[in-house]
Amino acid sequence: MDIGHYFALIIGAIFISNFILAKFLGICPYIGVSRKMDSAIGMGLAVTFVMTLASAATWLIYAFLLDPETNILGGVNLVFLKTLSFIVVIAALVQFVEMVVQKTSPVLYNSLGIYLPLITTNCAIMGVTVLNIDQQYNFIDGLVNGFASGLGFTLALILMAGLREKLDMYNIPKPLRGVPIAFIMASLMSLAFLGFSGLALK
Amino acid sequence: MSVLKELTKGIYKENPIFRIVLGICPTLAISTSVENGVGMGIAATAVLVCSNVVISLLRHLVPKNIRIPIFIVVIATFVSIVEMLMQAYYPALYKALGIFVPLIVVNCIILGRAEAFASRNGVFVSILDGIGMGIGFTLSLVVISIIREITGTGAFYGISILPSSFKPVVVMVLAPGAFLTLGYLLGLSNWFDKSMEK
Repeated sequence: MDIGHYFALIIGAIFISNFILAKFLGICPYIGVSRKMDSAIGMGLAVTFVMTLASAATWLIYAFLLDPETNILGGVNLVFLKTLSFIVVIAALVQFVEMVVQKTSPVLYNSLGIYLPLITTNCAIMGVTVLNIDQQYNFIDGLVNGFASGLGFTLALILMAGLREKLDMYNIPKPLRGVPIAFIMASLMSLAFLGFSGLALK
Repeated sequence: MSVLKELTKGIYKENPIFRIVLGICPTLAISTSVENGVGMGIAATAVLVCSNVVISLLRHLVPKNIRIPIFIVVIATFVSIVEMLMQAYYPALYKALGIFVPLIVVNCIILGRAEAFASRNGVFVSILDGIGMGIGFTLSLVVISIIREITGTGAFYGISILPSSFKPVVVMVLAPGAFLTLGYLLGLSNWFDKSMEK
């Protein structure tokens, strides 16, 4: 196994093509849950966890059921069911994670509130599974990519939460308070992340 | 006129992007050119209207506990149809929108309308609601993409309209420009709202 290959994959997913700041996936929780550091960390971990699981589950489904070249159904082409089957798998996984979190950590469950069920409609999860197939990653690559993309998402979320906690102390023009200023900060942050795109890892 | 109200509320008063701030991911990602903006807007509107119809028809049959998975399956079906149609008839657009075509399925506007409106109202008003919200979404996309395309490439709908002495601000069609444009437009719409109240 080539360590360099995975290193490039991980750095690429976290910094160069960061899910939020470069690919625009998962903006809703990025703006919605970044008011407090605690819930940002919780949300980030939940998303990373679901992303890794979803990458594995959807890859298996694609390879063994949908793809006509490798499936166990004798070459029936079911690729058109990709969108439908992936979202169903993700919804089931999220339900499962929700039940586990509710049982094991009521505090976290309360602070994540409405956003836990909303992970289902978090485009970052659906995005990573579709990208894994589009990029023709193998199973391990997909798993690593899912996990690293989740870490990249968490990083951007935590950075934003750290900034927004301090924002209350500043005198911002009234119409820009709240969500608009968050987008403007995201713009500056993504400008900084654009610098990573000069890194060429092969 | 409540019928007219259902149709027009999505355009400004309950505009999905500027007022409710839903469906931001595709908005930011594909608003690099007006052409993409219009294409995405129409695709999402088609899915929204169709799913509103089906969900409104099913509203008395769907058990409350499992309504979200059912809504998502209905939406995913229409997204798959739109995806295949676009792949067959508009391959260039399909390529430009890329991953964001299958991602219409997780566009919060569509699930949001299913949950907040179509599952509680009749078929006819749900269609109007879908069309109105779709128009609001498309218009918002067009506004954002006009700003980004003109400043970022000096063109409108792919046709160069600014003199060649104008140096395009390339960063506007990259990720930072998307966040910046939306941030200021949201601020502007807040300011407009406040000054209307006075």
